[in-house]
Amino acid sequence: MTDAIEMRGVTLRLGQNSFVFDCALPEGAVIGVTGASGAGKSTFLNLLAGFDTADGGQILFDGKDIGHQHPAERPVSLVFQDNNLFAHLNVFTNIGLGIHPALKLGDADRRAITSALAKVGLSGFEKRMPATLSGGERQRVAFARALVRQRPILLLDEPFAALDPSLRRDMAALLLVMHRDSGNTVVIVSHDADEIRRIADDAIFIDQGRVAVAAPIERFSTGENNSALRQFLRIDES
Amino acid sequence: MLIAPSERRYALAGGALSLAAIIVFVTVATLSLLISTDGMPVGSIVSDPYILRVLRFTLLQATLSTLLSLVLAIPVARALARQPRFIGRIWIIRLMAVPMGLPVLIGALGLIGIWGRQGVVNTMLSWAGIDQPVSIYGLSGILLAHVFFNLPLACRLMLAALERVPGEYWLVASGLGMRPVSVFRFIEWPVLRSVIPGVAGLIFMLCATSFTLVLMLGGGPAATTIEVAIYQSLRFDFDPGRAVGLSLLQIALTAVVLGILSLLPASGDAGLTAGRTIRRPDGALLGAWVADRALLTLAVLFLGLPLLFIVIAGLRADLMKLVGEAIFWRALATSGVMALSSALLSFALSMPLVRARHTLSLERKARYGTRSFFAAMGAASSLVLLFPPIVLATGWFLAARDVGDVNVVAPVLVVAINALMAMPFVVRVLEPAYAIHQRRTQRLSASLGISGLAKLRLISWPDLRKPVLTALSFAMALSLGDLGAVALFGSDSFVTLPWLVYSSLGSYRTNDADGLALILGVICLLLTISGTIGSGVADEPKREALSHD
Repeated sequence: MTDAIEMRGVTLRLGQNSFVFDCALPEGAVIGVTGASGAGKSTFLNLLAGFDTADGGQILFDGKDIGHQHPAERPVSLVFQDNNLFAHLNVFTNIGLGIHPALKLGDADRRAITSALAKVGLSGFEKRMPATLSGGERQRVAFARALVRQRPILLLDEPFAALDPSLRRDMAALLLVMHRDSGNTVVIVSHDADEIRRIADDAIFIDQGRVAVAAPIERFSTGENNSALRQFLRIDES
Repeated sequence: MLIAPSERRYALAGGALSLAAIIVFVTVATLSLLISTDGMPVGSIVSDPYILRVLRFTLLQATLSTLLSLVLAIPVARALARQPRFIGRIWIIRLMAVPMGLPVLIGALGLIGIWGRQGVVNTMLSWAGIDQPVSIYGLSGILLAHVFFNLPLACRLMLAALERVPGEYWLVASGLGMRPVSVFRFIEWPVLRSVIPGVAGLIFMLCATSFTLVLMLGGGPAATTIEVAIYQSLRFDFDPGRAVGLSLLQIALTAVVLGILSLLPASGDAGLTAGRTIRRPDGALLGAWVADRALLTLAVLFLGLPLLFIVIAGLRADLMKLVGEAIFWRALATSGVMALSSALLSFALSMPLVRARHTLSLERKARYGTRSFFAAMGAASSLVLLFPPIVLATGWFLAARDVGDVNVVAPVLVVAINALMAMPFVVRVLEPAYAIHQRRTQRLSASLGISGLAKLRLISWPDLRKPVLTALSFAMALSLGDLGAVALFGSDSFVTLPWLVYSSLGSYRTNDADGLALILGVICLLLTISGTIGSGVADEPKREALSHD
């Protein structure tokens, strides 16, 4: 299996905290990133997305170092926990901005938006305003925008944390369907170890600014003999 | 029942007394104006070509000042919002609070120092071989000064709105590859559009009733606003009829503007979100990075140079000689006593209103009478917006003239007018603080049976000390720096510090004026700062109070 993205000795200092990331994210997999709060999950994601630029090291995609590219040039789409949609713009415009950032759209683009909405189960929602949608529906619109962007990697930062448990499962299922259709690589940051176990093929455990464990999910779930991970997963020491 | 019937009675009686005092004061002024019109139909006053010209100029300069302040504030606010990690950013934001806390008179002196005939700008222009000096007098000067005072206000309100935008928006925009133009079109402009009407109304109101700046920078009938025309009619032409006509016109104008203002959405609290880290990848793009820094530098120069001039010119003045003069001490003592009296009076009028309103707000069943009493007390604190100080002063000036010596009652009237001027702000500080205080302590005090003086000493004073001191110090700063109410009454026997500065200017003792302005400015800023520290109140003094209600 080839790797979608490889982080080689990526270092960053933010105030008192220093981060060093070394890992390979397998292509076409769903990769869960987890860890205690403050461990560096968000920094990991920010480095991948390009909101933070590394002090040293390389971030390789397809053999190229993308570590100094602008966020929009990187092969990634993003979904945050909340506020993915501009509240004053309707659903159509929010998705359209994913195709062209100044909203210059052709007929094919309009059709792509309609079909993306259909795929996330929101047909006919084009003119709706985000405020009239439920939290789950808003995340579906964010997914639809990720669909029209057709980037090989989808980064999600706690995408379901604001939703209630049953909705969370539905959304995770939708995410997996989209993943199977497109064959993209999904990197999902979550503090919820159970969620990671349910949907991820591989998992990364971040502890004190480092990748402490990176393993396929079955091995990851055993705790991999890492005491911090075992503690995080609440695996009994006995 | 949380409030004992006797306590309720006291609270409501206090509110009613305070309300009555304010209404009587304003009514006497208005009646005196109306009585003075006898024989002259109001219609003929208002159709006087001179008055029409003054009205037209008032509206013209207020409209242009508002437009300029807004248009220039947008890029500055955007640059500040887009550069959250710009070194010195917090100092720029603080610098923007200074024009709001500084007496207008002093700001005007600083502006004259930079933009005046012998000012820095014109000196540089003449070096560059350009002989057409920028004029600080007339329309251009008034606009310049209004922008100096109102751009920071607009900027801070816009910045607060931009900072309320969810942080993810900027990341999403960056992730989608939106260029600055797109970010402005799809995110920043929609946010700004929602606050601009409120901000515009507020600035228009301030500019339409601006007195001191127009008095100092306006020239002749071609550049006079209603407020200054009232002053000139009384003070120079001694034409009470015209002053009355203008005063009534001014009330009509403020009524219309306030009416429109009440329909606009509130301009929002300027409380800036501190601590939250906002990432603005769009601000890191080279073009934006350079443009923002250039723009902020210009803004700092525009706001900072006049302030710097006040300091330098003030220090160059012979401060020792000034401080050695008897007139200085007399003016300082007069100003000090008046500022303290008007602050205390303002508090004494505001507190009963706040208390009575709070008492009524707890009542479940509000009868119609109760509701209008409640609303009347709320409106009373802002009555000075409808009846500008110069109008009240004119009414009382005419009334006092009929009774006897104006000079005797002048200080009392100025204190009363200054107290009313401070009320919108004082109430705005006290009302929420008092409500929080009551929510925190009312049940406990009631269950322990603490009331009366013991409650005041043990519970209320320690809890309310800070907001009370904040209100008092702002009210004092306002009164200390005020020229509007004093202007009509000032004389050789009644001299305040601002009046001394103004008359030094009038007799071409510019150095003295600069020195006095520095002293006065420092006192006012110290008062404002001491009121702000630790009070949890956003450092928006008097001007912000206007955006209330």
